[in-house]
Amino acid sequence: MDMATFAQVLDSTLRLATPLLFACLAGLISERAGIFDIGLEGKMLAAAFLAAAIAFVSGNVWLGVLAGIAVSVCMSLIHGVASITFRGNQLISGVAINFLAAGITVVIAQRWFQQGGRTPSLTGDARMAPLELPFAEALADVPVLGPVYGIFSGHALLVYVAFLCVPATWFLLFRTRFGLRLRAVGENPAAVDTAGISVIGMRYGAVAICGVLCGLAGAYLSTGLSAGFVKDMSAGRGYIALAAMIFAKWRPWHAMGAVLLFGLLEAVANRFQSIEIMGLALPIQVMQALPYILTVVILAGFVGRAIPPRAGGSPYVKEH
Amino acid sequence: MTILKTLSASVSALALGTGVAVAEPALIFDLGGKFDKSFNEAAYNGAERWKAETGGDYRDIEMQSAAQRVQFTRRMAESGANPIVVLGFQNAPTLEEVAPDYPDTSFVLIDAVADLPNVRSVIFAEHQGSYLVGMLAAMASESNTISFVGGMEIPLISAFACGYAQGAKAVNPDMEVIVNYTGNTPDAWNDPVRGGEIARGQVSQGSDVVFAAAGGTGLGVLQAAADAGVYSIGVDSNQNYLHPGSVLTSMLKRVDQAVYDAFSEGPGLETGIVTMDLSANGVGYAVDDNNAELITAEMQAEVEAAREAIIAGETMVHDYRSDSTCPAF
Repeated sequence: MDMATFAQVLDSTLRLATPLLFACLAGLISERAGIFDIGLEGKMLAAAFLAAAIAFVSGNVWLGVLAGIAVSVCMSLIHGVASITFRGNQLISGVAINFLAAGITVVIAQRWFQQGGRTPSLTGDARMAPLELPFAEALADVPVLGPVYGIFSGHALLVYVAFLCVPATWFLLFRTRFGLRLRAVGENPAAVDTAGISVIGMRYGAVAICGVLCGLAGAYLSTGLSAGFVKDMSAGRGYIALAAMIFAKWRPWHAMGAVLLFGLLEAVANRFQSIEIMGLALPIQVMQALPYILTVVILAGFVGRAIPPRAGGSPYVKEH
Repeated sequence: MTILKTLSASVSALALGTGVAVAEPALIFDLGGKFDKSFNEAAYNGAERWKAETGGDYRDIEMQSAAQRVQFTRRMAESGANPIVVLGFQNAPTLEEVAPDYPDTSFVLIDAVADLPNVRSVIFAEHQGSYLVGMLAAMASESNTISFVGGMEIPLISAFACGYAQGAKAVNPDMEVIVNYTGNTPDAWNDPVRGGEIARGQVSQGSDVVFAAAGGTGLGVLQAAADAGVYSIGVDSNQNYLHPGSVLTSMLKRVDQAVYDAFSEGPGLETGIVTMDLSANGVGYAVDDNNAELITAEMQAEVEAAREAIIAGETMVHDYRSDSTCPAF
């Protein structure tokens, strides 16, 4: 593999990993607070639609991003009301969110734009412009350093935001009082309640943050990676993000590693139709299945153990 | 008295009206949806043309998941619609199951063959149309590298790729043709993000004409090509207008004509296999105001010559589906 190919694959990896990273961190924060979230996929899809629609109508991509975040947070709160306030089953509520998003985006898009459940193609300021890092031009001709720097330069703003979210999430979870309480709510909500902190409030806070991050993931899909919304365009990325979260054992830095690995697998599968490793031709199907296979291997306990937050999935019932 | 008369007259008129309405034709869209800007939309346009010209009405329904194939087709037949046009290569088993139960209803299967007495199977010579756009691609390319993005990796889509490569190599035997498929699940028809990334990868390998045969995924491919400043080729419907100046042409598949013909012939239409090839104008390439400047007179003359040669049988375009091999690779 020559240098240019290598750089192109890594460049593509960063772009493909970005929506996964947002969604993965979203799931991580929600699950650390004890709320399982299967609905990442649906929230991403809804955000992708509204972000593209508002960006098209207003001609400003950032208004679109805000709209995407808003709709995603709304869906998060629906999930919250169902599973926190009414103590419903979190998995079922999450699945319902996915179905709701898959159906309603197409119906509204058709009613709004009459283009068959898609938004018109975005142009100009309605799309996220690539951001050239300083000195990228000047360094382009420097051997080794130039191409390497080139990989990191020229992405949409949200790509950099996504990777900054990793230390931010780590800091929030492990270095702040809010984070300590949030993790405690996921492990032992009764203890948190005894300390006089609202379990319900903490959990709502977590699902709201989850909504914001999913909104960014969806907005990036439709306005950064492509130019407009197409039905079902999230194409299973929410589930891959869940797999990455389990693969990373609910830890932010590891999550970044996991999504980069999964992004790399997708980028390689996109670039090559088959890979030769030691004389053995691997079809791309293997590459596409690997994220799931790796997650199953992790879950089966071959590589350490993946233990979810102890109170995950169960609604908190105050003792009387 | 007169009121009663008018009433009874209008009632009988209504009854007559419903009597006619029962035999109205129906169209069942495949996964991908009515407005996919491509395959299904072409069928929709054909049905709408028939409606505008004859003033008749038709029923339609969109498949939402593979599990609904048999159910929807049966429901349509049960409702008395005739003829029923079923779109999509995956519906051959559907009709094999449903059609024998409704021997008086005519079915039209598009893109696959079901050998039944009341089914007309319409297949297209996609390899011939792809051959022509492959020639155009090769003539427009300056880097001597062109590429193809397929949806699911199935024989139908491989036939597009194979015809495309043959056409390109007929113009220039040294032409490099890069082929990628989006995936192996139906997701592959609706993933513009992955389509765009694949196209970017191909452009970085030197491709300057990208042909997308991938449904909704193709929109991402055409977008990425327009962003990168290279040419792209649309598929099924005329997609030239999507990015004027960047979309070199579109490989037309006249699904609209097949639907229009079926609706026009009505119940009891002739069954058997209908091949929509170049001679039947079933496939072709699109030239309109959006790409008139991209297709020069010489290019068009050369492609027209090839078209005549294929129709006359002097040039044989190999169909991947006949033996699952492609001489151009």
